[in-house]
Formats: sequence, structure tokens, C-alpha cells
Amino acid sequence: MNKRELINLLKTSSGEDSGCEEAFALLDQYVEAELEGRDTEALLPAVAEHLRNCAPCSEEHAALLALLKEQLGA
Amino acid sequence: MGGVELDDICQQAADDALVAVMSKLDAYRGASRFTTWAYKFVLLDISVKLRRHAWGRRAIPTPDDDPTWDRLAQGAGEADSRLESLELMRALRKAVAEELTPRQREVFVAVVLNGVPGDVLAERLGSTRGAIYKTVHDARGKLRRHLEDGGYIDPMERVRTGPA
Repeated sequence: MNKRELINLLKTSSGEDSGCEEAFALLDQYVEAELEGRDTEALLPAVAEHLRNCAPCSEEHAALLALLKEQLGA
Repeated sequence: MGGVELDDICQQAADDALVAVMSKLDAYRGASRFTTWAYKFVLLDISVKLRRHAWGRRAIPTPDDDPTWDRLAQGAGEADSRLESLELMRALRKAVAEELTPRQREVFVAVVLNGVPGDVLAERLGSTRGAIYKTVHDARGKLRRHLEDGGYIDPMERVRTGPA
């Protein structure tokens, strides 16, 4: 992390955050909602917030989304 | 990482994920397609194994790791606004040293300042990924409040996260 990213992180006031465990529990529903074009910010706001804040969970979200998109031929 | 090594990790992860899925079958409630539900366990396993492999036996930076702060202070090509001043970085360094608990300090320096993945650090510390994340979250809040109280960060300038 560079200085700018660090300062932005400190200035960022997080909303409700699901945490890693709940985010993982809901990740399959979250990704399917995304693929269906639904508003995940409204449906699962705490998961959306967590995925912005947690690098490992964000990686796994991206991987699952990419895999499903590939399967759908998107 | 070589092809054979990567294949080995993926094969091991697939085996472990299969065990994980089988052991959790009773928890599947049909809220998503079964394949989506199962894939997330596979991807979790692979991701964790790859991150742990990438860090291998590398040392985890500690709060006494002065190069961390020197690197941040020397960030090249960054605008020199008031918030990005050396004064703020000095205040932050002091707050990390004095305001955080030893555990918060250890986790903040590793995860936030040095990019150690939470699950990698959790394994080294005998903790869990969720607990490490919570520690980072609490440390961030404590540092933000301290820097706001000290006038280094304007509460009105808080950035509220939202859709990317």
C-alpha cells in the first residue's frame, strides 16, 4: 500500500460490514444476483461493503464471478 | 510457480474442496445453484493455498520494521496536499505505536502497510481470517478517530464507501 492509498483508507468510513464469514456464506447468492443484473448494493449491502474492504474475500469473489461468466459464455 | 507445482496445488485444493463440500452438504439450502455453491469452496481452497504458497516462509513485517515507514514517506509522484504531508505520516506512525494494542499494531503493520493477506497472517498467528479482519477494522477506526481528534484528518472529508 502506498501513502495515498493508506490515507484514503484512513479517511474511509465503512458502512455495515458483514465480515469474512458471512460474506463467504452469501457469496454464491451475491454472485448469482450480480450475474442476473440485480442491485447487490441494495440486496446485500453488508457483503458489498465487505468485498470493498477485504482483499482475500474480494479475490475469491472475482474468481467465482469470472468462473461463472466463463461458463455462461459471457 | 512452475506448471507441475501449480498442478499439484490445484489437485490438492480440489481434493480438499471436495471433502469440504461433502462435509457441508447438509448446509446447502438451495439459495443458489448447487454448482455455484460448490465452486465457492473450491475457489476458497485454491485461493488460500496459492496465497500461502506465495508467502511461503517469507518473514512477516513487524511493527519494528522501519523500512515500512521510510517507504511510505518516500512515496514517489504523490501530490503534496495537506493530508498527505509528512506531518500526517509522523502522526500516524506515532498513533500506530501508542494508540493501538500490540495485537492491533502487529496486524495493522502486516496487513495494511505491507499487504500480507489476512489468511496468511492468521495461519502464522494461529488465528482466523475473520478475527484478523476484525482487528484491522478496529485498528482503522481507532486511528481515524485519533487523527481526526488531532486535526490531521477533517471529519467532514471522510470518504463514505459506495458502489465501485
